[in-house]
Amino acid sequence: MSLEPATVRRIAKLARLGIDDAEIAQLQVELGGILGWIEQLSELDVEGVEPISGVGQAALRMRADVVTDGATREAVLSNAPDRAGPFFSVPKVVE
Amino acid sequence: MSYEIAGETGTWELVIGLEVHAQVVSEAKLFSGARATYGGEPNSQVSLVDAAFPGMLPVINMRCVAQAVRTGLGLEAQVNLVSRFDRKNYFYADLPAGYQISQFAHPIVGAGKIEIELGDGSRREIGVTRLHLEQDAGKSLHDQNPTRSYIDLNRAGVALMEIVSEPDMRSPEEAGAYLRKLRTILRYLGTCDGNMEEGSLRADVNVSVRRAGEAFRTRCEIKNVNSIRYVMQAVEAEARRQVSIWEGGGTVDQETRLFDPQRGQTRPLRTKEDAHDYRYFPDPDLLPLVLEEDWVEALKADLPELPDAKRVRFVSEYGISHYDAGVLVADQATADFYEMVAGGRDGRLAANWVLGDFFAALNRTGRTIADSPVTAAALGGLLDLVADGTINGRIAKDVFEAMVDTGEGAAAVVEARGLRQVVDTGLIDAALEAVLATHADKLTEYRGGKEKLFGFFVGQVIKGMGGKGNPALVNDALRRRLAQ
Repeated sequence: MSLEPATVRRIAKLARLGIDDAEIAQLQVELGGILGWIEQLSELDVEGVEPISGVGQAALRMRADVVTDGATREAVLSNAPDRAGPFFSVPKVVE
Repeated sequence: MSYEIAGETGTWELVIGLEVHAQVVSEAKLFSGARATYGGEPNSQVSLVDAAFPGMLPVINMRCVAQAVRTGLGLEAQVNLVSRFDRKNYFYADLPAGYQISQFAHPIVGAGKIEIELGDGSRREIGVTRLHLEQDAGKSLHDQNPTRSYIDLNRAGVALMEIVSEPDMRSPEEAGAYLRKLRTILRYLGTCDGNMEEGSLRADVNVSVRRAGEAFRTRCEIKNVNSIRYVMQAVEAEARRQVSIWEGGGTVDQETRLFDPQRGQTRPLRTKEDAHDYRYFPDPDLLPLVLEEDWVEALKADLPELPDAKRVRFVSEYGISHYDAGVLVADQATADFYEMVAGGRDGRLAANWVLGDFFAALNRTGRTIADSPVTAAALGGLLDLVADGTINGRIAKDVFEAMVDTGEGAAAVVEARGLRQVVDTGLIDAALEAVLATHADKLTEYRGGKEKLFGFFVGQVIKGMGGKGNPALVNDALRRRLAQ
């Protein structure tokens, strides 16, 4: 399983990772190794088996529609790299 | 009645589909216990789940699920007893987790439909493709600082229903009618307040054009249009833009655009990039959403009467026109008000009053049904005074205006102003003789065969009695007198 350099660049871009061209060859090998390992799963015959998205409980547990949380502005903002009064402050996002 | 755009090389048909984001009415958010209602101080309604702190796990709000199911039932749609949540991955500052929890492959509600009615009375069914639950994002403020964007996460994690239509609409009017009808249904159900100004209902509009009989051509998506009027304007502007591109020999690119109401144009939202590679995958934090059939049935049994059903019932129960019934049911408060006025009374008369003088008074005073100076019971009381002959229909209008001005009941106004209609035949005869004496010339004309003057005499007699003459008695007296 081998990835094109362009695919590696694209994956990095979607993940917002800056990578040097020098790193690409190594990433090709590493990602290829991961994919190859996962690829082993396709040897299994799962014809007619329903996909599951979890184990244990069969269905989602639900909560009541009650406000129990949220008035915690300082806690929420405390780890932010930057804030402006009650807001998170981030580098300008230009549309 | 088909809508077409006349280009230089012939006519073009429009193809329109709508994706509507409707904020679910609930106390708490979709996956956290933070408050979901509009208008708190910035970042005051944010849990650590909403801010995507490490290790925080989502737990779904049952009421939000119920609201989505109820909406699906209201759209006569299939409710999927098993649905699933996926992560939609993209980077934006107001999406702290780096993904939105949404439903991609297995939505909670499948195909449904909405019937719309157009200005000419014709009706069309518009297909609903699906409805799914997802989280709203936070809000970015770009205009507070020259180099920074400010983020408020109060809205992050609030439950949205995304309601996707089939590309079934063919004119701006149909798009407007669809959105209006959808909003009415949501409001009846109480699943979304439908307030477009506050952003609790937002529409993404997909538009393409084609020659009659052709397959679909490339569409463009106009994002976040926030009023019905703008939706209609945006459809038309975008369709014209596309027609001129095709006719100029060009090709329409599939892209996301914004509508600028000031200029009446659409413009590209962002340059093409990989932003649309959302890399959906099942959210490993959330098991499949499995609904009990009995629970769905109970929700169904508990649905309110919806506008289409109410309209049919109004026509049969109160004997009013299909058109009037449509106006009355368009807003639930109006429908409820009407029923209180019409109950046990003449349904048509009640409709005339509600749609006529009552609406006019609301417009004039800038009030709504909720804070109307005349309650349904008070208007009903006025109709009772007409029905039992205490006042005539003409005086009723004056009484109503006085009720609007003073907030008093009909009986009180009638007594205080001495507006009881006169049934004393002696007084009527006297007024009648006075009119005939004053208008001797008209009497001659009448005798000469100009019989439509009868109505003139009736009007003059009642007017001569300060409006209080009983019209039926005046008619009788006049008929007898003129027959002499």
